[in-house]
Amino acid sequence: MKIIVAIKQVPERDARIRISPGAKWIDLQDVEFALNESDAYALEEALLLKEANGGEVIVISAGPERVGRTIREALAKGADRAIHIESADEDELAGYDALGVARLLAAATKDEQPDLVLTGLQSDDLGLGQTGVILAELLNLPHATLILKIEKTDNGLKVLRELEDGWFQHLELPIPALLTIQSGNTKLRYATLMGIKKAKTKEVRTVSVADLVAADPALKAAPVVELEEVLLPSKQRTTQLLTGTPAEAAAKLVEKLRFEVRAI
Amino acid sequence: MSSVLAFLEINTRVTPQEITRLSWEAMAAAHTLAAGLDLPVDLALVAYPGNPIFATIHGKAPRTVYAIDHTLLHAYTSDAYVAAYAQLIEKVKPAYVIFPHTYQVRDFAPRLATRFNEVLISDVTGIDPTPAHGHPGATFVRQLLQGKLNATYHHPGTGPCFVSVQAGAFRADTAEGGDTTIEPFLPTLEAAHIRVHPGEPFRAAAQTVDLGSASILVSVGRGIKEEANLPLVQELATALGAELAASRPICDNGWLPMDRQVGSSGQTVAPRVYIAIGISGAIQHLVGMKGSQCIVAINKDENAPIFEVADYGIIGDLFDIVPALTAAVRNSGT
Repeated sequence: MKIIVAIKQVPERDARIRISPGAKWIDLQDVEFALNESDAYALEEALLLKEANGGEVIVISAGPERVGRTIREALAKGADRAIHIESADEDELAGYDALGVARLLAAATKDEQPDLVLTGLQSDDLGLGQTGVILAELLNLPHATLILKIEKTDNGLKVLRELEDGWFQHLELPIPALLTIQSGNTKLRYATLMGIKKAKTKEVRTVSVADLVAADPALKAAPVVELEEVLLPSKQRTTQLLTGTPAEAAAKLVEKLRFEVRAI
Repeated sequence: MSSVLAFLEINTRVTPQEITRLSWEAMAAAHTLAAGLDLPVDLALVAYPGNPIFATIHGKAPRTVYAIDHTLLHAYTSDAYVAAYAQLIEKVKPAYVIFPHTYQVRDFAPRLATRFNEVLISDVTGIDPTPAHGHPGATFVRQLLQGKLNATYHHPGTGPCFVSVQAGAFRADTAEGGDTTIEPFLPTLEAAHIRVHPGEPFRAAAQTVDLGSASILVSVGRGIKEEANLPLVQELATALGAELAASRPICDNGWLPMDRQVGSSGQTVAPRVYIAIGISGAIQHLVGMKGSQCIVAINKDENAPIFEVADYGIIGDLFDIVPALTAAVRNSGT
């Protein structure tokens, strides 16, 4: 099976949040980046499928030069080659909405003819949860979301989908198909030393956003949804902070729970 | 004439079937938007026109309720839903299309919007219908970075504006009378166009813990670091006479069974006291517990989103605070 995995590099979970001048995003100075969590599970599922059925795993990622590091990590874990849609700077892709980004992904992979396209369920930074599903529509592929398990069958795939409130469902679909993967169902592998060494020689095809636009002017940023400004959330409840040593804070909390909340 | 069209969802896994709570909230969001823009509200749901479920529709009266009816819609598939909803949208031509942000909506709505060259504004927590910043139309608020940042969005596109609203972000309207027309809508669907074949939904294991009936929940998250540290929170739960709950990563790791999971993929709870220990408060967790009467957060990161919903907070290392709290509870004689 030929599998494409779309991955995204996002700010680390505990990154410090300071709003950047212009209030369009956060200040990225001193921010560490990591592979988006559910994308890591999408990559893991792809590698498992390849191990079981043979084939090739190709990762694709869009973003500035820094994204190269996350791509190398995916190659070190076992992906065979990569496509990097490189943006000129931190701002270029911000001009695109989810449909625009999905169009870039579709254009950069148009000669690949994969059997399966995987993405994470949603990104930990923008949280749109849409890029994969939009890509399925653009590529005219059947899709399913929130997938926990993938099994290859004689005529396609059998997958396990998570529903709400602890319910699940099996689905069958033909290939080629697109699936978005939910986190947590498998254990993620680490890159081995051998894998890291091999990754250095694996192919990364870099294509700039400008190149894609030059080849197809319809790929120029023309968002139908625009981010206006970012702001720090206002609190939904007033939090009383209980301070002091752990013992003092604990004693204060017990007093609150007993005399104000009257719960203990 | 332009309108706001809200799609409601039916929970088919309960008997009798019911319109979901999130759908009422989406309907309230639709009315908020429509009132600000002076537009009528239409509703739509997949049900045969004589279904008694229509009698349960309450809140401000919509202009029309569309009963989308077709045998190929009985089991949910994205292919059939996208096709049927697209046909209704083409007929009604709404300015705004509103959904509850459920797993099912997340599955098909981005694809539906793409069919109109539009982009769903997903998981919206706020709506301001008044034009601002020199843009016509409404402004929408979404959360970024797992709830640590908010962002406002607007819609310069010319087609319908697709929006899904987050659970708990809008208060469902109370009952209000009014005349409503139920209009059958029969989409043209072909079985051959449905590529995904769904099996029957099932529950993985019998629920052995009913977190919903506990008056105090002690809930643990990533901050606990290892399974071997769980007795720390178990002791606190025992001292308080509380049930132990957890955020998703703890159950994914198999450290606690899935039926103790709180959040969008687990249980929704509203106990008298919810003590969140080492839980940062990602949106998926908050929607499952923010209705709790009193929320206590213990976390080392003062910027963790859990503090946005907490009534009491202790900032610090849970490995120091939890044992101190267990001791304090025991000393207080409860």
